[in-house]
Amino acid sequence: MSTTIEGIAASPGICIAKAFRLQNQELQVVKTSVTNTEEELQRFDKMLEKTKAELDVIKTETSKKLGEDKAEIFAAHLLILSDPEFIQPIKDKVTTDQVNVEYALNEVAAMFIAMFENMDNEYMRERAADIRDVSKRLLGHLLGIEIINPSTISEEVVIIAEDLTPSDTAQLNRQFVKGFTTDIGGRTSHSAIMARSMEIPAVVGTKHVMSVIENDMTVIVDGIEGKVLVNPTEDEIKQYNAKKIAYETQRKEWAKLKNEKTVTMDSHQVELGGNIGTPQDVKGVLENGGEAVGLYRTEFLYMGRSQLPTEEEQFQAYKTVLESMEGKPVVVRTLDIGGDKELPYLDLPKEMNPFLGFRAIRLCLSMQDMFRTQLRALLRASTYGNLKIMFPMIATIDEYHQAKSILFEEKKQLQETGIQVSNNIEIGIMVEIPSTAVMADVFAKEVDFFSIGTNDLIQYTLAADRMNERVSYLYQPYNPAILRLIKNVIDAAHTHGKWVGMCGEMAGDEVAIPILLGLGLDEFSMSATSILKARSQISMLSRSDMKTIAEKVLTMQSSEEVQAFIKSTVLNR
Amino acid sequence: MIAKNYTITSEQGIHARPATVIVGALTNFKSEVKIEYKGKQANLKSIMGVMALGVPNGATITITADGEDEAQVIEKMDEVMKNEGLAQ
Repeated sequence: MSTTIEGIAASPGICIAKAFRLQNQELQVVKTSVTNTEEELQRFDKMLEKTKAELDVIKTETSKKLGEDKAEIFAAHLLILSDPEFIQPIKDKVTTDQVNVEYALNEVAAMFIAMFENMDNEYMRERAADIRDVSKRLLGHLLGIEIINPSTISEEVVIIAEDLTPSDTAQLNRQFVKGFTTDIGGRTSHSAIMARSMEIPAVVGTKHVMSVIENDMTVIVDGIEGKVLVNPTEDEIKQYNAKKIAYETQRKEWAKLKNEKTVTMDSHQVELGGNIGTPQDVKGVLENGGEAVGLYRTEFLYMGRSQLPTEEEQFQAYKTVLESMEGKPVVVRTLDIGGDKELPYLDLPKEMNPFLGFRAIRLCLSMQDMFRTQLRALLRASTYGNLKIMFPMIATIDEYHQAKSILFEEKKQLQETGIQVSNNIEIGIMVEIPSTAVMADVFAKEVDFFSIGTNDLIQYTLAADRMNERVSYLYQPYNPAILRLIKNVIDAAHTHGKWVGMCGEMAGDEVAIPILLGLGLDEFSMSATSILKARSQISMLSRSDMKTIAEKVLTMQSSEEVQAFIKSTVLNR
Repeated sequence: MIAKNYTITSEQGIHARPATVIVGALTNFKSEVKIEYKGKQANLKSIMGVMALGVPNGATITITADGEDEAQVIEKMDEVMKNEGLAQ
C-alpha cells in the first residue's frame, strides 16, 4: 500500500528514487575521567586533522559545483579548527581536568557559542551556527559516529528533511540528488528556490514526510501536483514513469520555443519575462527564453547581513544584471521591505498589521538616506543596459510624485558631478493597492508603465492576510473583483499609450493567462521555469477568442465559476 | 616587537570575510600577532577572537607582531589591508 502526502509544488518535475533522510543528529557526550592525557591529546590531534581534510574536500567540491562564494563558509570552518583560542583551551582542559576530549570540546564550544549568541549584532549571532556546525563535525569523528554528510551521497536519492539550510543545499551532489521534499517551507523558501535553480522536482511544506518516510523507502516526488508517494505500488511506479516521460517530452517541445517570440495564433505579440532575486538568477531567465526581467526584487541585497548594502555593492549587482541581459528590459523594483520581510538591523518596531504598515515606499520615503543610496546605484548602472525603475506599494499620486522627485534630484546631482546617467529610464509603479488600481487613469497620465503585483492586490482587495492559513480560502486570483481591477488598470494605461505588466504568481498561471491575454496585458513576468510553458500555451490561443472569454468572465459571480469556465472552455479544448 | 596602526576604511569594518582572509594569511608565520581595538586585545591568528572584536568602519586598530618573522608579518598585513580594501 502506498501513502500519499500532499504538499506545495515548489519545483516542477517527477522523480522516483530511494529516500535519504537528512536529519539533525543529537550527539551524546558523557564526561569521563582520563588518566593518560597524552594519549587523549594524540587522539584529538588525529581527528582534528581528519576533520580538516574532510572540510578541505567539501570546500573544493563546493567551489567547483556552486562557486567560490558558496565555498567561503567552509574556509571559515577550517579556520575555526585552526584557531589557537579555540583548540588550546580544549587541550588545556583535557590536561588540567583530566577529562575526555569530547567533553572538553563540548564545554569550550558551548562557551564560544554563548558568546556569539549574546552579541548585539544579528550577523555575529548567526556565526554561532558555524561554531556549532564545525564542532559537531569534529565531535562526530571523535565519537566514531558517522555524521550524515550529503556531499558523500553516491546513489540516486530523494532527500527527505524538515527543512534544508543553505549549508545543506550547498553540499548536495547534483548528480545523485533527484529531488527533495520537506516538512516546512513554501514556494519562496530557500529550499524551493534552490530546487527550481537546480531544476529538480520538489514538494515542500508537507508537514509529515519526516515522520512517515524511513531511509531507503521508495519515494515518488511529483513536483507538478505537489504530491509525495511513499512505497508506491508497481502500477503507480509505471504510471508515474509514464508521467515523467510525458513531462520530459513536453519540456523538450517547450525548449524549441526558447528563441521564439511570444505570439498568439492570430499574431498578437506579448512579452514574457522572468522574476529574479539575485544577479545569478539572470542565467535561468535567459536559459528559459525570457525576453526581459519583469521584476528584480532588490530586497535580497539587503537581507541576510548585518547592515545596509553600500552604494558600490548595489551598483555592481545592478550593473551585472543589466549587462547580462544584453539590452533586454530589466524592471528593478526599489526596496520592498516590511510586511513579511524584515531587516533586523533597521530595528523597526513590531506592528500589529505589518502588511498594512510601514513598508516598501512608505519606509523609503521616510528613510531617505537608504532610498537615495539605492537610487544613485541604479542611476549609475543605467548606462549598462535597458533599465526601468519601479516603485512598490504606491497608494496615492502624492507618493509617486515624492519618489519621482527624489529620483530626479539624485539624477541631477550625479550629472552635475560628471557621472553618466541614461536619459531613457522608464519610471513606473507597482499596482498592488486597490486605491491605485481604481485611480489607474490618474496615474496613467504620469507613469511610463504599470506592473500589477497580484499577490498583494488579492490580499488587499479581499482583506485576507495571505500568511494566515485560516483565511486562505479568500486568496482568490480569479475573483471577478480582481479581474475587473486588472481590466481597469490595463484600459487606463492603453488609453494613455502606456504598457502594463504583471509580476505576481498569477502571470504564469495557466488559468489566468487566457483571461489576461484577453484583457490586453502586454508583459507577463514569472518564475523562469514557467516561461516556456506559458509561451507554448499562448502560441495555441487566439487573442480575439480570449477577448470574448475575458468579457464573459468579468460578468461572473465567483472565482470558482471563472476557474471552472476557463478549464472547460480553454484548457480542455 | 613591531607595532603599526591602521585606520579601517571598509564600510563593513572587519567582517567575517576579511577576518577570514587576515587570519588565513598569518597561518605560516611564527610571530605572536595581536590586534588591539578600543583597549581590547585579541590574537590575530584567532578567527573567533578577531570577529568577536567587531571592528567597525573608521576604527583605528593597532597590530603588533613579536617574533623572528615580525617584519614579514607587518609587510603581509600591509598587503592584505590594501588588497582587501580594508585600510589605507
